[in-house]
Amino acid sequence: MIRYSWRRAWRAACATVLLAAFTLPAAAVDADALRKLASDDFDDKAAAIESIVAKPDGMTLPLLKALQDGMLRVDGQGAGWIKSEAGVVDALTGKPAELPSPEPDEVTINNNLRGQIDAAMAALKLFAPERGLRLAAARSLQGGEDDALRDTLAGALDKESDADVKAAIALALAAIDVRAEDPKRRLDAVQGLAASDRAEMRTLLASMVEQRPDGSWAESDDAVRTAARASLSEVSGRLVRAEWFGRIFAGLSLGSILMLAAIGLAITYGLLGVINMAHGEMIMIGAYATYATQSVFRAVMPDAIAWYPVAALPVAFVVAASVGIVIERTVIRWLYGRPLETLLATWGVSLILIQTVRQIFGPQNVEIENPAWLSGGVQFGSLVLPYNRIVIIVFALAVLGAVALVLNRTRLGLFVRGVTQNRPMASAVGVPTDRVDMMAFGLGSGIAGLAGVALSQVGNVGPELGQSYIIDSFIVVVLGGVGQLLGTVVAGFGLGVANKLLEPWLGAVIAKILILALIIAFIQKRPSGLFALKGRAVES
Amino acid sequence: MLTAPRRSLFTPVQWVILGLAFIFVGVAVPLAHAWLPADHVLRPSTYTMTLSGKFMCYAMVAVAMDLIWGFTGILSLGQSLFFALGGYAFGMYLMRGIGREGQYQSELPDFMVFLDWKTLPWAWWNSDSFLWTMFLVVAVPGALAFVFGFFAFRSRIKGVYFSIITQALTFAFMLLFFRNETGFGGNNGFTDFKTILGYRITDPSTKAALMAATAVGLFGTFVLARWLVTRKFGRVLQAIRDAESRARFCGYDTLGYKLGIWTLAAVISGVAGALYVPQVGIINPSEMSPANSIEVAIWTAVGGRGTLIGPIIGAFLVNGAKSWFTQAFPEYWLFFLGLLFVLVTLFLPRGVIALFDRLRPGAKASGGEAPQAPAAAAPAASAASAEPAASAASAASAASARIAAGPTEGRA
Repeated sequence: MIRYSWRRAWRAACATVLLAAFTLPAAAVDADALRKLASDDFDDKAAAIESIVAKPDGMTLPLLKALQDGMLRVDGQGAGWIKSEAGVVDALTGKPAELPSPEPDEVTINNNLRGQIDAAMAALKLFAPERGLRLAAARSLQGGEDDALRDTLAGALDKESDADVKAAIALALAAIDVRAEDPKRRLDAVQGLAASDRAEMRTLLASMVEQRPDGSWAESDDAVRTAARASLSEVSGRLVRAEWFGRIFAGLSLGSILMLAAIGLAITYGLLGVINMAHGEMIMIGAYATYATQSVFRAVMPDAIAWYPVAALPVAFVVAASVGIVIERTVIRWLYGRPLETLLATWGVSLILIQTVRQIFGPQNVEIENPAWLSGGVQFGSLVLPYNRIVIIVFALAVLGAVALVLNRTRLGLFVRGVTQNRPMASAVGVPTDRVDMMAFGLGSGIAGLAGVALSQVGNVGPELGQSYIIDSFIVVVLGGVGQLLGTVVAGFGLGVANKLLEPWLGAVIAKILILALIIAFIQKRPSGLFALKGRAVES
Repeated sequence: MLTAPRRSLFTPVQWVILGLAFIFVGVAVPLAHAWLPADHVLRPSTYTMTLSGKFMCYAMVAVAMDLIWGFTGILSLGQSLFFALGGYAFGMYLMRGIGREGQYQSELPDFMVFLDWKTLPWAWWNSDSFLWTMFLVVAVPGALAFVFGFFAFRSRIKGVYFSIITQALTFAFMLLFFRNETGFGGNNGFTDFKTILGYRITDPSTKAALMAATAVGLFGTFVLARWLVTRKFGRVLQAIRDAESRARFCGYDTLGYKLGIWTLAAVISGVAGALYVPQVGIINPSEMSPANSIEVAIWTAVGGRGTLIGPIIGAFLVNGAKSWFTQAFPEYWLFFLGLLFVLVTLFLPRGVIALFDRLRPGAKASGGEAPQAPAAAAPAASAASAEPAASAASAASAASARIAAGPTEGRA
């Protein structure tokens, strides 16, 4: 009985909300409501919330929000305060105020009240002036949990002018109507639900077309059932497509990171024939350069902190390139022609670099924050594509373009290609091979530094960061073929997508092992990678 | 075809030194530990026994590494995988040996009870049989190495390519063993062993027997390796190292030789792992981390590649330094290890053995086994020939000339 009367009152309240949207109401958050909120009886509190929602004004939303977050304090005499990080304001007027001492208690709520507040807030937002708020509110109500919201939604649908928001509200309405008594309304609702992209609606529609063990149908009406079947296949088709799209996007994101990590390696390996085991540490140095840039920005110009990742790009490039050149001059240059020894020596260098970073920055991960323009994401139906991953894919392609330009359009690039193809001949026509080696090594290391900037925006930054990428980026280089930029690109993206497509079926570890096995099988067929160098250069 | 004069395994003096060394570590030390009273001055402590047993196991892996890297030119970064596989195979037997003495007093190992498993997984079949375990210790690393090596060598993957692929393989296996579902204790691996062949594992006499067995393993491996490299088999391996294409064109089936030595090295590593586990008392997936694998290479390099005795010395030196550093200055161990990698490859490409040779000028003439690295000793010299293809070609022709001439080894 109580539940029923509450529901009737709620309907009335929602209807009033509609009215309130047109007329400017008198203050609805009043002393009486606050006094009721102070009561220990949850029914009293529910009534207080209804009365607050019934006549919304400027304080209604902040008050509901504070109630939800446990920030509202009341003293039982009809006075209330909202205490937030920004300070304390009076709950009636919204003006800054001070808490009396002893501090009054917070208003506690239970799950029933929480649901009531959520729905009320969403319903209020349906009439907000901002289109984005209305759209979000309509989306949040598409679960069809609360029948009582039907009238509010119908009212909002009438008043709405924006097509997208209208469609979203219609879906929310359909999610409620699908349980209506009237078969006609159910039929309309089921047909309307075909536009839904929510997994709950797939479950709901699937349950409608089920046959019970006794032979009767969960949905008694034939026409509705047929419509439900059609809608179900459309909804699940859309969901499956979204899932695939999400996986491919994750794969491209991983692939762009692998490619960024591997481009530099492809240059140094293709040119010098040496495997630089410290390449991963160049990525790590780039990430730490980003951290250092962030710290400088924080200390010196906190206003411009949003742009620190951009400022970190040249810093990371220069730092990593310098470290790379130092390594080339002091260690690698003495070992040309002895690739296995170079492998060991650069492994030693990587250990020294890791320990050095540990001594300077500590063994723990350092904290790197995404700036505002890299947080959040684009929404496509049920799928959210994070901005930072999109930016990294674009960035990786930009780096790739820049490297291709350097290699194909500059003098250094000409020399690098010449030395890669035929070292003695290049030397004979006057290419300073020694300096080309040094510059190319610096370039490769600098690109690794750029990869570090990108990685710092999506993962943890710690001294062992590079170790986890070195094996994968070598696999990319091996698969792509030595000294082949295009091969590196295809192999990077291919491995990334293959990894992400296999993971849901096999789990991350088995997928990794399977891919390794596939690569070994692949090398059986094409021993020099996807895009082999033609001619005699391949075999020493 | 190669016609090298047949050489004896060791000179009489070397036989005597070898015998004395074996009697010391394989007989005298274990007996002293088992029989002398606990407070006796000459009795080696449990710590000493564990440490030296551990080092001898590492030395076995280093000899295996020398066979494939020093003599055949294949740098494997996966030796610790075979080591750990042997260790896990023997660890299963030891886990079954715990019986009902575990925390949960169950027939199943504790971690399985913890995961709420009711029966042993298939891989544990017959794992309470010592003979079957011995078979697994040899067969598992051997079979994996054979299959992997067959496909890798058949498609002529070599040099750094091969090294990286072995490292990736090791990494993949490490991830696999870290999972609880794989059935080998996940993160924690196997530990808390109680008995071996019915004897308490902590008894001094058991420790002594294990140490003696390890000494037999190490000396056996050494003599076997020495025997192999002084036969024709070993000479073909060195030809493959120096100029594989030439060896192939001369009619040698390089695939078979490489596969043979690669599989043998894996089996030796597996046996070393099986000897290691009961002495150290634990095996877990971090044992097969890529970092561990690559350390094996530095033991071998520090001692001196292609000398067999050098890697044994190297394993003791590096691991001794590690034990000392990680206690005295833990934060500087990585600096030391890193510098060791860099400095040894730059300045001591023939290892510490070369230092001994330098002390005795007549050593080379008396059949010293150290390979002569032409341009490697002085960095300036190799920088002058910074052109890889040409220096490789000239070194290859020099090497083939040496093969034809007789028993000196060359290296590009």
